[in-house]
Amino acid sequence: MSALRNACSIAGIGQTDYLVDSGRDPLLLALEAIGSAVDDAGLRPSDIDGIVTSSIDASGSEQFIASNLGLSNVSYTSEVTGLGGAACATVAHAAMAVASGMANHVVCFRAFTPFDFMQGAKHNQSTLWAKASGVGEFLRPFGWSAMIDTFAMGCRRHMHEYGTTSAQLGAIAVAARKHAAMNPRAIRRDPITIDDHQNSAFVTQPLRELDCLISANDGACAMIVTTTERAKDLKRPPARIMAAAQSLGSHPGLLWELSPFKPTITESEAAHIAPRLYRMAGLGPQDIDVAQLYDCYTYTQLLLLEDYGFCEKGEGGSFAEDGRIEIGGELPVNTHGGHLGEAYIHGFTHILEGVKQLRGTSTAQVQGAETTLVASAVPGPTSALILGKQ
Amino acid sequence: MTDYARPLPKITSETMPFWEGCKSHELRIQRCASCARFRFPPQKMCRHCNSLEANWDSVSGEGTVYSFTVPSQPSPGELAARGFDYPFAVVLVELDGTGGVRIASNIVECSIEDIEIGMPVEVTFERVTDEVVLPKFRPA
Ligand SMILES: [Zn+2]
Repeated sequence: MSALRNACSIAGIGQTDYLVDSGRDPLLLALEAIGSAVDDAGLRPSDIDGIVTSSIDASGSEQFIASNLGLSNVSYTSEVTGLGGAACATVAHAAMAVASGMANHVVCFRAFTPFDFMQGAKHNQSTLWAKASGVGEFLRPFGWSAMIDTFAMGCRRHMHEYGTTSAQLGAIAVAARKHAAMNPRAIRRDPITIDDHQNSAFVTQPLRELDCLISANDGACAMIVTTTERAKDLKRPPARIMAAAQSLGSHPGLLWELSPFKPTITESEAAHIAPRLYRMAGLGPQDIDVAQLYDCYTYTQLLLLEDYGFCEKGEGGSFAEDGRIEIGGELPVNTHGGHLGEAYIHGFTHILEGVKQLRGTSTAQVQGAETTLVASAVPGPTSALILGKQ
Repeated sequence: MTDYARPLPKITSETMPFWEGCKSHELRIQRCASCARFRFPPQKMCRHCNSLEANWDSVSGEGTVYSFTVPSQPSPGELAARGFDYPFAVVLVELDGTGGVRIASNIVECSIEDIEIGMPVEVTFERVTDEVVLPKFRPA
């Protein structure tokens, strides 16, 4: 049994409001979310002695954070690269630091603004994102210029291999928007139907407007990781980290841009994480009460449903139908509305929602939820957590 | 040719053999000098035998469409495909005789509606500037 299993917990969570292109400063957003997480845990900022963030950009280095908070005792920092795939990995790194005694209370955070990502990335020439354009020399001359192009390419192949349909993707969008409608924080709060999805315009075929994330929003999320023992004495019931895993997959490439060149594009790196994750937790997919699966596109979530074993490979489309992934269904997924409905903070919102489900405070609460699986982005570097109720 | 508005590849010493090949209407793919496996896009080291030695070998340019997309409008929040008229098609072609190497390109002499996964295609070359010739694919 892994030494990490149940050793640490998420003791506090914090988030800012999610707004569309508000022009807010990413460092201010990060500080607000961290302050809120510290308060939620019943700690003071000076208790924080470790900082972990995910990166691809310059949204706020740990040095700026520590300087603004006046931290004088930071003994551990780490920055996990890999965009949305790194979200759960920040918690894994924090748990390793805490379990090993490198630090006592580690904050994990992500501040997201459009300037730091996508269009804004062109201003940040030193980032990994910009450096990834080496691969782009073999993509962009042909009009393969956006993140969606890579997902659409994989999705088309999935449709060919397994008969997956656009309407099945629509079922994923409908579930997300149903949950978002229940969540006052969500940006997209109007429910949609499969017909709405089928009538929405193509962005990059086969993906439609309603298959896509909320891209131009801003906001930040943070959480506090400490030992489960210490967490028991804090303000909130701890969300136990039963398992944590990270993977570059069997054919590591440069972020998602190389993914379509890998031997199998319809299986994601999550398939490499799943056995380790379940083994560490001592659970299987049938034991998961509610799942928070990265959904920059509906197709991303479909891949994760398959690769974490909630259904057979190729059956993600039919699994998502008939309300199975909606609240009240067999496996409610993304009860906050996900990146399709609530907000896009690179997978951190999914971790927060997992904690809320275990606390019983979700706006789409699954009654009696005791376990949740949280999965970060694929394809590319990825990570996942299984959290358990204390 | 100076009014070509689409993105051009930055040609480096590492990728020069590919683009020089296109100029002479040869599709060259990087190949490990030690274990002879093809790889694309170019990498510094062979992932199979870790050799740093590589050659660029000409391939037939015949292959099949592995997957394709049809960008139909710019994706919100992301960079538009500069110089392209939406909708257009991007194809991922699996090249014959390369052990499964795939290359991204556009399809020509074929309407978007007629593209299918598995359809046989062959390379053709399109001179876009004095310095750059791009490999494109047409139905074989
Ligand atoms: Zn080799």
